[in-house]
Amino acid sequence: MKILVAVKRVIDYNVQIRVKEDNTGVVTDNVKMSTNPPDDNAIEEAVKIKEAGKAAEVVAVSIGEEKAQETVRKALAVGADRGILVKTEGIIEPLAVSKLLQKIVEKEKPDLVFMGKQAIDDDCNQTGQMLSALLNWPQATFASKIEIKDGKLEVTREIDEGLETIEINVPAIVTCDLRLNEPRYASLPNIMKAKKKPIEQLNASDLGVDITPRIEQVKVEEPPKRKAGIKVSSVAELVQKLKNEAKVI
Amino acid sequence: MSVLLVAEHNNKELKPFTLNASTAASQIDSDVHAVIIGHNCDEAAKALSELPLIKKVIQVEAPHYENFVAENFAPVIVKLAENYSHIISSANTFGKNLMPRIAAALDTSQISDIIKVIAPDTFLRPIYAGNAFATVKSKDTKKCVTIRPTSFDPCESSGGSAPIEKADPVEEFAKTKFIKREEVKSDRPELGTARVVVSGGRGMQSGDNFKLITSLADKLNAAIGASRAAVDAGYISNDHQVGQTGKVVVPDLYIAVGISGAIQHLAGMKESKVIVAINKDGEAPIFSVADYGLEADLFEAVPQFLEELNKLNTIQK
Repeated sequence: MKILVAVKRVIDYNVQIRVKEDNTGVVTDNVKMSTNPPDDNAIEEAVKIKEAGKAAEVVAVSIGEEKAQETVRKALAVGADRGILVKTEGIIEPLAVSKLLQKIVEKEKPDLVFMGKQAIDDDCNQTGQMLSALLNWPQATFASKIEIKDGKLEVTREIDEGLETIEINVPAIVTCDLRLNEPRYASLPNIMKAKKKPIEQLNASDLGVDITPRIEQVKVEEPPKRKAGIKVSSVAELVQKLKNEAKVI
Repeated sequence: MSVLLVAEHNNKELKPFTLNASTAASQIDSDVHAVIIGHNCDEAAKALSELPLIKKVIQVEAPHYENFVAENFAPVIVKLAENYSHIISSANTFGKNLMPRIAAALDTSQISDIIKVIAPDTFLRPIYAGNAFATVKSKDTKKCVTIRPTSFDPCESSGGSAPIEKADPVEEFAKTKFIKREEVKSDRPELGTARVVVSGGRGMQSGDNFKLITSLADKLNAAIGASRAAVDAGYISNDHQVGQTGKVVVPDLYIAVGISGAIQHLAGMKESKVIVAINKDGEAPIFSVADYGLEADLFEAVPQFLEELNKLNTIQK
């Protein structure tokens, strides 16, 4: 079995986001970038499946600017065998990403495509589902458990009401929840080894896909600030304020 | 052109967020039609037809629609889409799972999780877990939009009498099989819709200590929330998690107990109407969003809180 894992380079989840003064977006210059957190779970799961002898190859793919190569390299350092970078400039929407991934899938012919359930920058939560629609493959979104059973996957999904279990035929798309596994850290020797693993570089324009944005970003603003609250000195005061001032209890 | 709302239901009843999504749909265009896809879902279809905002209900029935598999639902909606300018659903796990599958089939760039309708093609949506708000304008002729339920009031649920039309089902998608759903049963209000939420964090120190949170929640008829740290530490199951990777809640009252207020947690609760923080670390970031902060040891403060509540003649439910 072959597993393709899509990884995205995003602003690190611990960074406090700042909106640009001209309201065209958020500040990304000199800001720490990392792999989108649930994409780390996707890589981890693929590598675990390979280590269990159930997959022959794990390929990591990223779509983005030149520097997204670092994100692919990190996937190689935790166990992916080789990488692909599809170079693009500027904002690229999930629909365009899924079309580019469709081209990569047609070329690589993986049995499974894994990715995080959502990117923590645009918070769209679309790409996996869109790719599976374009390919007419089954989709298992928000996966917190994956079991491989002769040509099929049994996947437990995190839904609002609790958990749902589905069985899907391979080939399939799985989007990964943070609770799927505990991503490992790359060891120094593996980081060194990853430098020798191949990364194929492609230009989005070579793949024959129209990736022009369909959504105009009119402006990006700071969210409204909460007005400063007060400190109360006792529980009695707190309850009195909640009852008589805020009128919520 | 009209707007098509995708109803969420359990074949018997409408799910509450369908009412919030109806409100959002009606702000785009007053001619809102709703599609209900299910199996033996006449009761839910009737409830849908009684929403005064809905002008027409389209009911699609087949055994393979019993369990809401997106691969089965999407083609039905894609087939209906030609008569509509917008397709709308909630941005909960139902809508998140389904809508992109519809959007890709329609070659439309979806707009996820909107919190405001500015114009029929322009919407406000949070990005970076609510740390920035983006105003976005769709250039697609057909628009697929998911709405954040807590940002729109639920519509009236009775008084309407929209006609119910039947539409043909589409063949089953055989490569995906539903096996089971394990719903967390509770007498408490649901976290996403509760008027009051009491949440515990790593400061609770153990799952056993969450009893304090439970008793406070009982007293206030509140849902129980938790920070990711508390969930990761195994104090409580993950369906209670509030935050960027958990649920986004907007209750009238949010009480954060022993929660420091990591960015991810704040993203899930800082739009609450009134926020209370109880924490012994006066420098904890949670105090920056709290309307009422109490710097105290939670193991003393929560029992006192219960005592004070017991002294009150009435507590709002």
